[in-house]
Amino acid sequence: MTFRSLSCLAALALPAAAAQALTPADVAVLAGPCAACHGPDGHSPGAIPAIAGRAEEHLATRMFAFRDGQDPAATVMPRLMKGYDEAQIRALAKWFAEGRQ
Amino acid sequence: MTEGRQCATRRAVLAGLAGTGAALALPVLAGARTGAHVAVIGGGFGGATAARYLRRGAPDLRVTLIEPAERFYTCPFSNLYLGGLRDWDSIGHGYDGLRAAGVEVIHARAEAVDTAARRLRLAGGAELAWDRLVIAPGIDLRWNALEGYDAAAAEIAPHAWKAGPQTQLLRRQMEAMEDGGTFVMVIPGGAYRCPPGPYERAGMVAHYLKTRKPRSKILLLDAKDRFSKQPLFMQGWQALYGDMIEWVGLDDDGQVVRVDAARRAVETAFGTIHRADVLNVIPPQMAGGIAADAGLTDASGWVPVDPATFAARQAEGVHVVGDAALASPMPKSGFCANAQGKVAAAAILADLAGQAPPEASFANTCYSMIAPDYAISVAGVYRVEGGAVAEVAGGTSPLEADAGFRAAEARHAAGWYAAISADIWGA
Repeated sequence: MTFRSLSCLAALALPAAAAQALTPADVAVLAGPCAACHGPDGHSPGAIPAIAGRAEEHLATRMFAFRDGQDPAATVMPRLMKGYDEAQIRALAKWFAEGRQ
Repeated sequence: MTEGRQCATRRAVLAGLAGTGAALALPVLAGARTGAHVAVIGGGFGGATAARYLRRGAPDLRVTLIEPAERFYTCPFSNLYLGGLRDWDSIGHGYDGLRAAGVEVIHARAEAVDTAARRLRLAGGAELAWDRLVIAPGIDLRWNALEGYDAAAAEIAPHAWKAGPQTQLLRRQMEAMEDGGTFVMVIPGGAYRCPPGPYERAGMVAHYLKTRKPRSKILLLDAKDRFSKQPLFMQGWQALYGDMIEWVGLDDDGQVVRVDAARRAVETAFGTIHRADVLNVIPPQMAGGIAADAGLTDASGWVPVDPATFAARQAEGVHVVGDAALASPMPKSGFCANAQGKVAAAAILADLAGQAPPEASFANTCYSMIAPDYAISVAGVYRVEGGAVAEVAGGTSPLEADAGFRAAEARHAAGWYAAISADIWGA
């Protein structure tokens, strides 16, 4: 077994919390609750903005603005985004920008 | 087995579940995942979500959803039906969307679960074997926990705390009530489905009465001294309905101890008798019966779970999500049930693949409508810290917000309902 495959196995076996990098499965779980308002995979069927396929940088900028209290018109998003760190926000932005794989 | 395949992402590995030929890094897993069958009991917010997300993560996995109703009526937005903001059909959802996603749906009641043999029995006697089981039974009402309040009493004094005929009965009673009548609601203490639900209902009933029977009153008799979003509700009630709604908390003798449904009367702890023209009794609650039958509940009547996976503490291979689970400080909300269903699905897929579960993350947003263009919310983000659920962010709508903010949250409430319905049932 090569060094690389060993390290892969180790990464899979470690609890996600102990790993620095978010795995795709971690990001999928992190993104799970977003769908409850923004629709399946971010495709909104209603009054809440769709986030699927929006530019990654735009999504990240919006989430940082919510988190840092820079959008006076925002309602629930400032309260929610304070629960996500920079790595998580960047991962979510990438996830929804790329759409469902 | 190539190195590249060994380093496949979890997602790719999961996509190979049920033997589509994707490489398995750990030989011990081979076979364990092939042909696995996951059964899900309960087609509401938690169970239907788990079923859908299991199939999303593993398109070849066999997933069976067991739900007696061919159409599921949601408790969320059932208060809007009472208030006349929504018609009945708009809060019902069928299961064609889940079938299209590859979930096998059986409309039957699950009558017994054998967690040791990993089997369950349906009404009619048919048995199903399962490798992993998700139970999302919602709540059952504790009949007679409140003296005089049983299933027969509920036909006179509806609870309307499971959306369905009870909700329609309560609406008909509101329609039949004379102008100047009194609508009395009995509100429980302890853990119950949808903590802000009774207070949203008060506003929705007030909206109906204000527009149809403006001399009527609403009396809320509460076994608690404080409730969810209390300052926001009270501000909204005062602004929109004046003194139509009166709330009586525990300290002011609000706790009802006896119900006389035939007389539509209730008695409080200190012996005050209140007579109602419409009597809505929301009784104490517990996990849906099958959870207790399967031996999954503790003395509280709810199901202890590992919050990282929502695996039941008292059986192997069984996950319990939604209102039935002990997940405080997460509220018993449809939003949380949906979030828990996704975490449980991801944990099951990882487990079937012999991997550690992904890191759990949950959120909640509960909107409460007070009038058609006036809503308030509470939101939270939850993680697992030290083996327990912790709220890491969140809060309520600001008390000082203007009418535009309240109207925006009312629009968002409708947007949320459309989105989560699509996420769960497909429409």
